[in-house]
Amino acid sequence: MSVQANQSISYVSGNIALVEGAIKAGCRFYAGYPITPSTEIAEAFARRMPQIGGIFIQMEDEIGSIAAVLGASWTGAKSMTATSGPGFSLMMEHVGLAVMLETPCVIVDVQRGGPSTGLPTLPAQSDVMQAKWGSHGSYEIIAISPNSPNEAFLHSIKAFNLSEQYRVPVIILMDESVAHMYEKVRIPRDDEITVMNRRIPLDKEHYLPFKPDENLVPPMAIAGMGFRFHVTGLTHDERGYPAATREAQDKFVKRLADKIRKNAEKVWEVEQFCIDDAEVAVVSFGITSRSSLRAIRMAREEGIKAGLIRLVTIWPFPDKIMRDVAKKVKGFVVAEMNYGQIFYEVERCSNGKQVILAENLGGEASTADEILGKIREAK
Amino acid sequence: MSEKKLQKLLEEKALKIPRGEVMIFEERCKGCNFCIEFCPKKVLVQSGKYNSTGYHPPMLVEEEPLKVCINCGFCMLICPEFAICVKPRENK
Amino acid sequence: MLEQEYDAFLGKYFRIERFPHIWCPGCGLGTATQALIRAIDKSGIDPNTIMIVSGIGCTGRAAGYLNFDSFHVLHGRAIPFAVGLKLANPKLNVIVFSGDGDLFAIGGNHFIHAARRNNDILVICVNNFNYGMTGGQLGPTSPLDSSTTTSPYGNIEPSFNLPWLAASSGATYVARWTVLHMRQLINTILEALQRKGFRFIEILAPCPVNFGRRNDLPEGIDELKMYQKYSTVVNFADPRIAEIKWESEIIVGKFVDAEKPTYEERMTNLIEKVKGGRSG
Repeated sequence: MSVQANQSISYVSGNIALVEGAIKAGCRFYAGYPITPSTEIAEAFARRMPQIGGIFIQMEDEIGSIAAVLGASWTGAKSMTATSGPGFSLMMEHVGLAVMLETPCVIVDVQRGGPSTGLPTLPAQSDVMQAKWGSHGSYEIIAISPNSPNEAFLHSIKAFNLSEQYRVPVIILMDESVAHMYEKVRIPRDDEITVMNRRIPLDKEHYLPFKPDENLVPPMAIAGMGFRFHVTGLTHDERGYPAATREAQDKFVKRLADKIRKNAEKVWEVEQFCIDDAEVAVVSFGITSRSSLRAIRMAREEGIKAGLIRLVTIWPFPDKIMRDVAKKVKGFVVAEMNYGQIFYEVERCSNGKQVILAENLGGEASTADEILGKIREAK
Repeated sequence: MSEKKLQKLLEEKALKIPRGEVMIFEERCKGCNFCIEFCPKKVLVQSGKYNSTGYHPPMLVEEEPLKVCINCGFCMLICPEFAICVKPRENK
Repeated sequence: MLEQEYDAFLGKYFRIERFPHIWCPGCGLGTATQALIRAIDKSGIDPNTIMIVSGIGCTGRAAGYLNFDSFHVLHGRAIPFAVGLKLANPKLNVIVFSGDGDLFAIGGNHFIHAARRNNDILVICVNNFNYGMTGGQLGPTSPLDSSTTTSPYGNIEPSFNLPWLAASSGATYVARWTVLHMRQLINTILEALQRKGFRFIEILAPCPVNFGRRNDLPEGIDELKMYQKYSTVVNFADPRIAEIKWESEIIVGKFVDAEKPTYEERMTNLIEKVKGGRSG
């Protein structure tokens, strides 16, 4: 089912909404490989790209897909790929390359049960740490987590904007539930949508490809326009030439991480429900946040002062916000579909307050009842 | 054509062979000997001098009228270091 | 005067401020890159449209020395990166310049699929029969019985016949030369630049320090003399027989020169059919 262009309300799945959001953001290049539960994204792009003059290619594997996405991005195109856990694992080396070359791109991971082949058709949220630490080396990326098809549409645009702004790979951490559920999606009017684009250098003569502006992000040349840049995955200097010294590493690799770390407060986004007087704060994201919202309402009915912090951005992790909440609450419940990942981030910020994991190894979305059970424990 | 006949034609100026001007960038040379080995007229030899990286650059040793650089350009093409180039020699 | 002229010519195509390059004495890579730039110079193609994509290895370092928009990407992944680059902007002239291990071991899958699709890219493989950068390990083109650091008792793996692999995968232009055959190599690269589709050129080159030294070819010059002795130029030989018989017979020349619709042409037609012309 595709989104009707002249209607502002559609009834579509998360995967489809995400595709339409990407198209709205200006995405015109998709290279991907089929993998459940993300395949609908590839199939939708296969139908839509020729309609709008964009490029869809199914590559030989996930590694080829992400490589093609990076190549396309250097022509100025907004490029995307979508996958799930096993494919995400294959793409890790290129996440590092995208970071080193400061190449804007959006990678969608529609999470399913893992590890390994796991539960191909069933949800989980166990790639969260992988999104941050999956590639080798010291680096930072941005990851966001939609909890509805409507949000999948909006987050698609958001992901491209962040990617273009910070010249960093942005990962959309979906889960199979949100990807496959059908819900109302309100398509904003064009004047309600902000689309951001990478800054392009003006001076070809004196262009230094990796000399940053004040916001720590260098303007990005477009291939074929005469800039004659060289980019390499080796640690490099401002000219882009390999520089194998501690000083070069310290200067360059640090800036890549600082691009995100120093701008973290501008990037992160959370949604807070009933936190002001909360004694128990539930931290959740994606599909689990919906059950968590119901759970805190049920808790309030029982007289437990529960609140919810929904992570919209997962990385960079909003530690400052979490630490502020930690001062006020008695304890946290982290509701996530894994065996403890964001749990450790919350614990890190909890200032000694109790943190309980509402675990769910995957296979079925967590229920409000099971989260309520943990809230009672935390009280 | 025998060398004797060739020499005679040259003396009579009935035949002109192209001549080349060779420039050797001695500091770039890494002593691989490609140019020396494959020069068709064998006019390049290893010099006795060292460049600053310890290699012996080639030098041109011509013997008129036949053992001369004929501007074939092969030394320039084969050199991995861009350390030798040749262009047509201006006629005096 | 001549020095300045030569450097002016070189400076158009090389980042000469980075010279001397890192390649060893007797290595064939300087020569191979010279063939590339001379062909580009003769072709008249706007250098701003030339994209060089390379992988990891000694050959991969060429991208860093070439004065075009150049991309030194991951090991084995130059081809899919190049595929994305070309598809997103078909006006670019995309050249992959990488080594035997990079393109055919880790990168083998990407090679055969790009050839199968007939993606419009030129792939130049400098084949020095080993993994030189990392000290001389065996690769998919190391000759049977050869000595490498990971085959110290002799290589027990048969090696690839690259022209056959390329041709059977769908490449529309396939040729092989050695760095000794400079004039033919330059003309072949020039010809390939004027063709469309998936074009593949194999360039045999010495790696004296890490391969030749262990295999009775102690200097680059020894390997060049070996090429001279054993190479035979055959026009349009059947790629099936192009397997390199080490120190016995090396067939060089052009194997395939055909015309087939490129992936990009099919894509453009598809988009036109669906939409009626491509937008930006």
